[in-house]
Amino acid sequence: MKVPIKWLKDYVNVTLPIPELAKRLTLAGFEVSEIINTGGSWENVFVAEITEINPHPNADRLRLATINLGKEQETVVCGAPNLTIGDKIAFARVGAKLTDAATGKAETLKPAKIRGVESKGMICSEQELGISDNHEGILVLPKEASLGTALADFMGDTVLNIDITANRPDGLSVMGIAHEVGAICGEKVTVSEITYAEAGEPLEKQITIEIIDSELCPRYCASLITNVKIKESPAWLQERLLACGQRPINNIVDISNYVMLEYGQPLHTFDYEKLRGKKIIVKRAKEGEKFVTLDENERELSGDMLTIADGERTVALAGVMGGINSDVTESTTSILLEAASFKATNIHYTSHKLGLLSEASSRFERGISAGLTIAGLKHATQLIAELGEGTVAKGIIDVYPGKKEPKPVTVRAERVKRLLGIEYSVDEIAKAFQMLGIECKKEGEKIIATSPYWRSDLKIEEDYIEEVARVYGYDKIPTTLIANEVPRPDANPSWELKKKIRRSLTGFGFQEAMTYTLASLKNLSNITATGKEPEPTPIHITNPMTADQEYLRTSLRSNLLETLAANQRHEEGGIKLFEIGKVFLTRPNDLPEEPEMLCGLMSGSRIDRSWLGEGKEVDFYDVKGAVEGLFEKLGIPVSFEASSDEGLHPTRQAGVVAQGQGKKVKLGVIGEVHPKVAEAFEVTGTVCLFEVSLKALLPYTTEVKMYKAISRFPSVVRDIALVVDLDVSNQQVLDIIKSFRQISEVLLFDVYSGKQVAEGKKSLAYRLVYQSAEQTLTDEAVNKVQEQVLKKLTQELGATLR
Amino acid sequence: MLKEIEKIKAEAQEQLAGINNPKDLEAWRVHYLGKKSPLTQILRGLASLSIEERKAVGAAANKVKGLLETSATEKNQALHEVQLKSATQKESIDISLPGRPLSLGHQHPITQAIEEICDIFVSLGFQVKEGPDAEWDYYNFEALNIPAEHPSRDDMSSYWIDTPPGEKGKQLLRTHGTAVSARIVENMKPPIRTIEPSRVYRYEAVNATHLNIYHNMDGIAVDKNITMGDLKGVLFEFVRRYFGKERRARFRTDFFPFVEPGGEVAIECAICKGSGCRFCKGSGWLEILGCGMTHPEVLRRGGIDPEEYTSFAFGMGLERMPMLRYGIEDMRLFYNNDLRFLRQF
Repeated sequence: MKVPIKWLKDYVNVTLPIPELAKRLTLAGFEVSEIINTGGSWENVFVAEITEINPHPNADRLRLATINLGKEQETVVCGAPNLTIGDKIAFARVGAKLTDAATGKAETLKPAKIRGVESKGMICSEQELGISDNHEGILVLPKEASLGTALADFMGDTVLNIDITANRPDGLSVMGIAHEVGAICGEKVTVSEITYAEAGEPLEKQITIEIIDSELCPRYCASLITNVKIKESPAWLQERLLACGQRPINNIVDISNYVMLEYGQPLHTFDYEKLRGKKIIVKRAKEGEKFVTLDENERELSGDMLTIADGERTVALAGVMGGINSDVTESTTSILLEAASFKATNIHYTSHKLGLLSEASSRFERGISAGLTIAGLKHATQLIAELGEGTVAKGIIDVYPGKKEPKPVTVRAERVKRLLGIEYSVDEIAKAFQMLGIECKKEGEKIIATSPYWRSDLKIEEDYIEEVARVYGYDKIPTTLIANEVPRPDANPSWELKKKIRRSLTGFGFQEAMTYTLASLKNLSNITATGKEPEPTPIHITNPMTADQEYLRTSLRSNLLETLAANQRHEEGGIKLFEIGKVFLTRPNDLPEEPEMLCGLMSGSRIDRSWLGEGKEVDFYDVKGAVEGLFEKLGIPVSFEASSDEGLHPTRQAGVVAQGQGKKVKLGVIGEVHPKVAEAFEVTGTVCLFEVSLKALLPYTTEVKMYKAISRFPSVVRDIALVVDLDVSNQQVLDIIKSFRQISEVLLFDVYSGKQVAEGKKSLAYRLVYQSAEQTLTDEAVNKVQEQVLKKLTQELGATLR
Repeated sequence: MLKEIEKIKAEAQEQLAGINNPKDLEAWRVHYLGKKSPLTQILRGLASLSIEERKAVGAAANKVKGLLETSATEKNQALHEVQLKSATQKESIDISLPGRPLSLGHQHPITQAIEEICDIFVSLGFQVKEGPDAEWDYYNFEALNIPAEHPSRDDMSSYWIDTPPGEKGKQLLRTHGTAVSARIVENMKPPIRTIEPSRVYRYEAVNATHLNIYHNMDGIAVDKNITMGDLKGVLFEFVRRYFGKERRARFRTDFFPFVEPGGEVAIECAICKGSGCRFCKGSGWLEILGCGMTHPEVLRRGGIDPEEYTSFAFGMGLERMPMLRYGIEDMRLFYNNDLRFLRQF
């Protein structure tokens, strides 16, 4: 809302400097986003009058004008065609900054000799003053401009651009802001009484007004002005509209806009002659009814939209836009003026349904007080009578079926203190209310408050308490910390788990990524080698904005693979990424299930290239190491087993399994990304992936861990090199070795297959650590166990010592 | 005899001074302190002397022997130091060569901000709670005093999802984290203090300062005698901890349907220090969050009596916090996941 200070001063004394006022308004909830000085500074430009015009001695097209500045006179050379003796003009003295008509640039006016005559100044055109592009002639000022006044004082203004919150439609008016300014400055708001002459037949005899749907239209007021002359508005009115950002059109449209800006009450004007049956009926539209609005578009209405009809047809879409069939035109002479109150939600519904947002609808949908109609109607009637030279019919019609008695609200001083944390006496509270025009009655420690007619937001005690805080200032509210005991927090294992995973993986060199939760179906399908759609189908967005954000993701893989591909384009070394986030799975008759997942990717070299050399490209064992490390950090023992994930390399993948309460639970998968998937996402090189379900993992994180004592007895270390068939796995060997309780640690330190061993065989070298918690092991005892180990390995796996 | 001892001493000391390697020192030791050294000979021959002579010569010889042994030890230490110094000199390296690279990972700036902000509130007695991204219309709007056709819904254009409606209305992707607070007041009993990180969705065009998917951080406190002073105190403490104690904060009136009285917290613009510049659009202040005393209707819907308990709530756009702190001008950077950006945090 643009509020010109000069207009504001019509109603209230502005006692604070403008920047201070803007600051206070902002604190009170009316954020001044901009302070605009209209008309520029116009230094050294003054109001003057042309007193004499003489021909230029040396040029036919130039003339010498003598101008009067009140106390002094100047003679200047001027080429404008519209010089008239007696006209008030804007006179620029030497040193004024003007827009050069030829170049459009700002220039400082210098003394000049034009065709031999000295000229100490200039009579300005609109363009030279930066008001418009008009350079046809000089700007002629209104007669009331007083000689010698600085032009900035006469024409300029300061305009506050204020952001109005949704609860304060009254703030969308100069009057509404005047009340706020009044409260800030401690000044009373005064509105001059509206009077005009009435003549002729009483209005009731010239029109009947009926409200059929009083829920959607609680109040409808109207007046009639006849013999109106449609013409241009006077300069003062045009200026005010321009300052508020409205383009002047003609006196009727301008008055209606002016009063809307003044009171916040939208008005509508009908051409009275076009209203058939001399009736106004407020009712719902017929379902499917066609109606042409003022913007010349035909609209299809539905039964829940409110219309204004005459005796035969719809003439306006209530509160949104008028119809072309009853529009005021150049030839209109009689105007029926409407000031009504409509139900906010219905106006919102209609305007959004039709995609038809108007200044009126955007105001009505915020819920304007029904108390504003009469004031707005009267002022507009008076202005039309005055500026349109019309005759006002006797009386106004005010149909008010939705009239509600003002509902007083009890405001307790104790509650004010309890909510704001600062004590205000009943008198202080009452004073704050009075400054805002709130009627109040003291009853002991309470105040019975009644909202002023222009406000629609004051409904409950808390609304009034906010007014107290606003008037005295939010800056007066103390800063305290909650004095009460801290509530006992619940355990939040999932939050702690996520934090722990982030710490661990970043420690391992993984970079955390964060991708969008929406994805395309194509990408979600491309995470498997088959490329088939995920089962069940991902949840579709009803109103997607783009195809790549059409579905809720069912996997983190697609967005993370895209992230990897994008980074591979500029990264030289290895890339390690991970993300923790939700996936979305449909559930019958409920919100989707939103399990949290962890996904990680590795690609490129293991160690960044440096002067110390370069690491090899990552493979399955890198991702396995990372996952082993992660689970070790989390304190959850896991094992790996065969798996058949369709997105991973068929022979280079494994399931991650935890042992819990005797049963195996799959926590996730690891593996190299399937070449087809890699191709679909345009990632290069071997890409390793891990994926873990935090939901499956969570129960294990809460298990209580017990410490194991460190043995006080020395350990005995033995290395063995076994030759086994190629298809014997390390795990099989380990399972046997670990079944001996005397062996406390096993380390596989070499794997070999080649010339040194027989074809179809491989060599596995292990370091076995023998240690007892109870005694020092003798060589003999160790030898005995080792013999048993070897025997078992030979029997079960056909292993021989190398 | 005594003269001879003095002579040995002078000679030994003179030679020792000239020694500069361990080998010569060892030879010197054998020569002057060994079994065949003159001093040892003298001590061995004491028996043949008279008692007085024995006393005088023995004392003098032992004194010189002790002196020479100490000198030898000192010399040995000195030689060792010299040798060590020259050895370490030879081991000199180019310290400007880069270190062996460690693989370094960084937490995403958004999860860093989420954790850091949660930690601040946790230290003030709040606990972290999360809610679903896909939400019922009821918790996103109705429970928060935003009925159908409320203009506030226009400011929060929603993504709806193709799932069947239920008793709590249609399903949508939550447009603000306050939906979590709506669930909190329904599911928890006072006293309550929660901080709620959330991912939110708006059907809105994406540009440098607006995303369609981003994060919110909401909080709510419900207890006996919670005041707006507490709200201001807690939020100003947050500003102090997250942005530093030099940053001034401003508390002003604002409107949100789910609070009354409503407020907004802004921090001083870091670029112009409050005098007004292009970055803060001339105001000198940067809005960081909306807040207020929880609307009694919201509490009532959650089954909490607003006469017995009072409550405050707040909500902030999460991305804005690291943006203001690090001077990031384009919000999209957070989700482009360019390593060159992510590595900086």
